Amino acid sequence: MLEVVGVSTVEELFRDIPEGVRLRRPLQLDPPLAEQEIVAHLEQLAARNVPVGSELSFLGAGVYDHYVPAVVDLVLGRGEFLTAYTPYQPEMSQGVLQAIFEYQTAICELTGMDVSNASGYDGTTVAADACYMAKHVTGRSRVVVSEATNPQVRQVVKTYARGFGLEVVEVPHADGTTDPEAVLAAAEDAAAVIFQQPNFFGCLEPAPELAAAAAEAGALPVAHVDPVSLGVLEAPGRYGCAIAIGEGQSAGNALSFGGPHFGFLAARMEHVRRMPGRIVGETVDTEGRRGFVLTLSTREQHIRREKATSNITTNQTLLALGGLVYLAWLGPQGLRELGERCMALAAYAQERLAAAGFELPFAGCTPFKEIVVRVGRPAAEVVRAARARGVHPGYQLGRDYPGFDDCLLVAVTEKRTRADVDRLAGLLAEVASP
Amino acid sequence: MAASESYPEDLRYHPEHDWARVEGEEATLGITWYAQHSLGELVHYEPPDVGAALVKDTPYGEVESVKAVSDLIAPLSGEVVAVNERVVDEPETVNADPYGEGWLVRVRMSDPSELDGLLDAAAYRKLLEDAE
Repeated sequence: MLEVVGVSTVEELFRDIPEGVRLRRPLQLDPPLAEQEIVAHLEQLAARNVPVGSELSFLGAGVYDHYVPAVVDLVLGRGEFLTAYTPYQPEMSQGVLQAIFEYQTAICELTGMDVSNASGYDGTTVAADACYMAKHVTGRSRVVVSEATNPQVRQVVKTYARGFGLEVVEVPHADGTTDPEAVLAAAEDAAAVIFQQPNFFGCLEPAPELAAAAAEAGALPVAHVDPVSLGVLEAPGRYGCAIAIGEGQSAGNALSFGGPHFGFLAARMEHVRRMPGRIVGETVDTEGRRGFVLTLSTREQHIRREKATSNITTNQTLLALGGLVYLAWLGPQGLRELGERCMALAAYAQERLAAAGFELPFAGCTPFKEIVVRVGRPAAEVVRAARARGVHPGYQLGRDYPGFDDCLLVAVTEKRTRADVDRLAGLLAEVASP
Repeated sequence: MAASESYPEDLRYHPEHDWARVEGEEATLGITWYAQHSLGELVHYEPPDVGAALVKDTPYGEVESVKAVSDLIAPLSGEVVAVNERVVDEPETVNADPYGEGWLVRVRMSDPSELDGLLDAAAYRKLLEDAE
């Protein structure tokens, strides 16, 4: 092979690497192991993970333990989807393109918007994308975000804001929700106002009023929504939002250590040329048969370069397809029932934990599938003690919000039962101090 | 349906393939046959607002075809007094009639001496030939 490429030693292939950066010693690797020893070692490492099914988990905070039906993996496992690359050649990618088109359709139906893209990385980067869209639509350089929005979303928005030349203003929450008057005051000269529904605390925001406040200030209202809440909560497109975004994980994606999942972004048609990401369109071929293509490609980097609508021009087709299969499996009725079940259990959890003597800092708000409970001791200790008894009691809210070190964010999905909540209440009563 | 190649004698041309038709204090602007031919069928025109200020040699809007986006470069400075809404609705008008119905904006010139810096039809044709 060396002879074929015209060198006599392998060293010659590296001749362009400067001397100053060469390692000049062997890599320090562990000695080789036999296959059996490697398997044993990896199994040992893997055993340090705790699968969510092996403890009773109330962990949420952005990634949720919803039931993923077998049909999702069945469809995703098909070679045609699993190994397909980006559908740049429509003549050989009609299956993938149709799947993405149907995904976009589902997202529009769910959010009440006119057009959706082919998905984004996750719920955080779509928020950054929405800010960039809003900057170009309004010509303004400020973005307002509610403090009750997922901390990772806010962090990613700030990271991108630097490069976008955007100022980010956070509006503090008031008793677990966001005050429309505070938003109106902060949104002067703002390009966008981002709020989350339900918010990071699990509370229902006064979303139509927040959208109205944003619009009054001339900013684009951007709702960051939970896809599985939209069977019971109003679609953002129907209460005045310009852009709807969110984390798709709850809809048919396994937890997977936090990813990969998918973000979704949908908007009013008037903003379509500012939308980031791929968009699949419906058309006819030369023989008049219905077909699908990637469209509006002039928004993207390979054509518009530094003026593109995003520097992320990829998507999460497989995970988004999981979302589509899940939504199709549930159907509108199933989605509604799922939402009602989550809300009923969250209300029950509120009641039960209050009855056990625990303070609920945001007792005044209506939860969707998560509540905040004050456990009276540092939450980290309570988590440790509870996990020793087979229960993960929830997320330590103090990680993201000062003054909440003794608080847990407790998530209840349709996979939890009233008996599970009773068990949690009993356990917390033992290990915490109400 | 595209027009046949032409570069009218009564127009002034900018090296970025824009033309200007001067009428008193105002000038009508558009893109040349060569520009529309290179872009292909136009699918979108992003115009400036009426009242916006154009600065010579800087971008004032965009046209898009299926596979390309192009900045529109102002051949002259001035204030936008009219935008051709027909092209906004039917961008392919530019391909069919780049110098007539396909006009893009009309401006009130702020510095007519800038006309001296523009090319006449012969000079523009030569620029195209040299580029080939």
